Amino acid sequence: MADVLERADAPGAAAVTAQDKLKVIDCDIHPSLHARADLYPFLAKRWQHHLETYGGHLRTPFTSTTPYPRSSPLLARRDAWPPSGGPPGSNLAFMRQQHLDPINIEFGMLQVLDLLVVSQQNQEFGSALQRAINDWQLECWSRPEPRLKPSILVSQDHVEAAVAEIERCAATGNYVQVNISPRANEPLGRRRYWPLYAAAQAANLPLGIHVGGYGGHAPTGGGWPSYYNEEHHSNAHSMAAQLTSLIIEGVPERFPRLKFVFIEGGFGWVPAISWRMDKHWQRFRDEVPHVRRPPSETVRERFWFTTQPIEEPEHAGDLRAVIEWIGVDRLLFSSDYPHWDYDDAHSAFKIPLTDAERRKIFNGNAGAVYALG
Amino acid sequence: MRIDCDIHPGLEGTRATLLPYLDAHWQEQVTSRGIDGLDLTSYPTTMPLSCRPDWRPQRGKPGSNFALLKAQALDGLGASYAICNVLYGAQAAFDPYLAAAFCRAINDWIAAEWLAREPRLRASIVVPMQAPDLAVEEIERLAGDRRFVAVLVLVQGETLLGRRHFWPVYAAAERHRLPIAVHSGSQYRTAPSSIGWPSYRLEYYIAEAQAHQAQLLSLILEGVFGKFPGLKVVMMESGVSWLPAFMWRANKTWKGVRVEVPWVDRPPADIMRDHVRLTTQPFDAPPAQADVERLIEQIGSERMLLYASDYPHWQFDGDCAIPQGFPASLVTRMCRDNPLETFARLEAPA
Repeated sequence: MADVLERADAPGAAAVTAQDKLKVIDCDIHPSLHARADLYPFLAKRWQHHLETYGGHLRTPFTSTTPYPRSSPLLARRDAWPPSGGPPGSNLAFMRQQHLDPINIEFGMLQVLDLLVVSQQNQEFGSALQRAINDWQLECWSRPEPRLKPSILVSQDHVEAAVAEIERCAATGNYVQVNISPRANEPLGRRRYWPLYAAAQAANLPLGIHVGGYGGHAPTGGGWPSYYNEEHHSNAHSMAAQLTSLIIEGVPERFPRLKFVFIEGGFGWVPAISWRMDKHWQRFRDEVPHVRRPPSETVRERFWFTTQPIEEPEHAGDLRAVIEWIGVDRLLFSSDYPHWDYDDAHSAFKIPLTDAERRKIFNGNAGAVYALG
Repeated sequence: MRIDCDIHPGLEGTRATLLPYLDAHWQEQVTSRGIDGLDLTSYPTTMPLSCRPDWRPQRGKPGSNFALLKAQALDGLGASYAICNVLYGAQAAFDPYLAAAFCRAINDWIAAEWLAREPRLRASIVVPMQAPDLAVEEIERLAGDRRFVAVLVLVQGETLLGRRHFWPVYAAAERHRLPIAVHSGSQYRTAPSSIGWPSYRLEYYIAEAQAHQAQLLSLILEGVFGKFPGLKVVMMESGVSWLPAFMWRANKTWKGVRVEVPWVDRPPADIMRDHVRLTTQPFDAPPAQADVERLIEQIGSERMLLYASDYPHWQFDGDCAIPQGFPASLVTRMCRDNPLETFARLEAPA
């Protein structure tokens, strides 16, 4: 076999044949509201009125769009608009036809970005929205399509309400993880968020951290960038900073059964941040005596990373080095359907993977993390 | 030959050190208002990172003793030249006139008390980026002194370095063949990363690597290297090993959304290889030598790395200033050829 597939989706490629037989667990699928009214069966009249009158209150300049204009409307693949109307991701039948069936999805993890529940400044409103969104995921997506698994989406900055919501949803037995934002008001390792981790651990649910949100801080350590490109790249930096915060604050040690899944941050940055944490932890050990072992060991035992946006080294073969540095057990396939930077399970990896590697990345690792199957 | 591109002479304090180099107005201000103690929060002098134990002077701040610096950084590590980068808080002051006055004083102090006493020493010009027009004035004031070989800025400032209001600084730097040295350290304006203010200094220091990456993206995407084709930028004390994965992602994202920056007409990694250099301490190395070699291959150029000791910061022990596992051809380039190409005012000795 060629070391690098020129076109991984070329007809007849051995990797594709094997892939076609494999059932895929997709750890990042975005369902969308068709309209705000979709939520109203799950939202009290008072908050319906609030939503119509005041809308969301986020730390971002525009009411109806993102601060940095994206490369396509609603971030979407151009072919993902349902023929029947409505925004991409809002039509279950079309999602099945375009994504779930052709990719042979066994399970798909729902990640809801609508209304940015995680970043609402009015915390009472945010709490009402998170409850509605969690009910909507279950009733309108997971029940009609049991392959789709809902996440308990909570605003991490109203900790008390978030803990109550985790307990309410977990009691149903239908949800597969607790989801929070990496752009919280404070770094996620800080003590104020620990009750969330206690609740997730008690419920035996992994903690999913999906990129996005508005915590009020500039997207970079040097201030506010000008371009979407920079904001997009800052997603990876947010993840690297949260990995640092969680480990250096000692969260994995304090919650020894909690699993951490980093979603849509890519993974190419993981080796270098692990080396950097290890090197400088040695110099600063007496500042953080609660961190008792090299951070990279904790990364390799407690953290998982979804694969999209897939890394594309200049020499495709270097992807193998990255996978080996991180460990093939840490990677969970994700597509990000229906967004513009979607990864197709058939062609995302531009290197040949062994059958064993493919089974782990596309199915087995996620099956174990989320206790599916 | 070995050119050390990043050492840090220590400055005792405003009153102890800078008073003779300030004008009458600022001498009076400093004295009557007690303006002192501008050591950067990024580098508390007592923290282990700030000074290797065997380099710590019995009295005074790390790096402040001329004889020790000469014995340790120059003779001890075998430096043919060493570039002084002063990290005292002028760059972080809020008052732009105070910042400009202190930058002038620091530059005059380094020239009079270090460069004049030791022919192997060179320095970067400290500039007040709080007021780009005053930064340009300071570059012009010192451009005639060839012992100044770069312009020093902090990696975490008020706004990203690619922004248009800084371009006059880059025009002046390019005109005088001065690279921009972007050094770890923060003005403490915005949080060190998008996630907010961390609890520990360790987290802050780790986040510097991401700040370096954000600055490179900013400089590239705003079109600085297209506008100033002769300009080079040196990322100092950045950790280095993040570079390949950062290049890949920068290339990929540019391919996807380059419509918003049509003036960036080639992959960001190609631009980095032409315009960006990095100093080699600290080097956040992978654990195995084979992985170091792989990483160096991934960087894809032997012209990007510049030898540095980061004296007196505690990045390595003994005389192992050159990271293990670097190929011999790279070591030669990073100690001599690359610094000479980057710091164009630093002439090769006869």
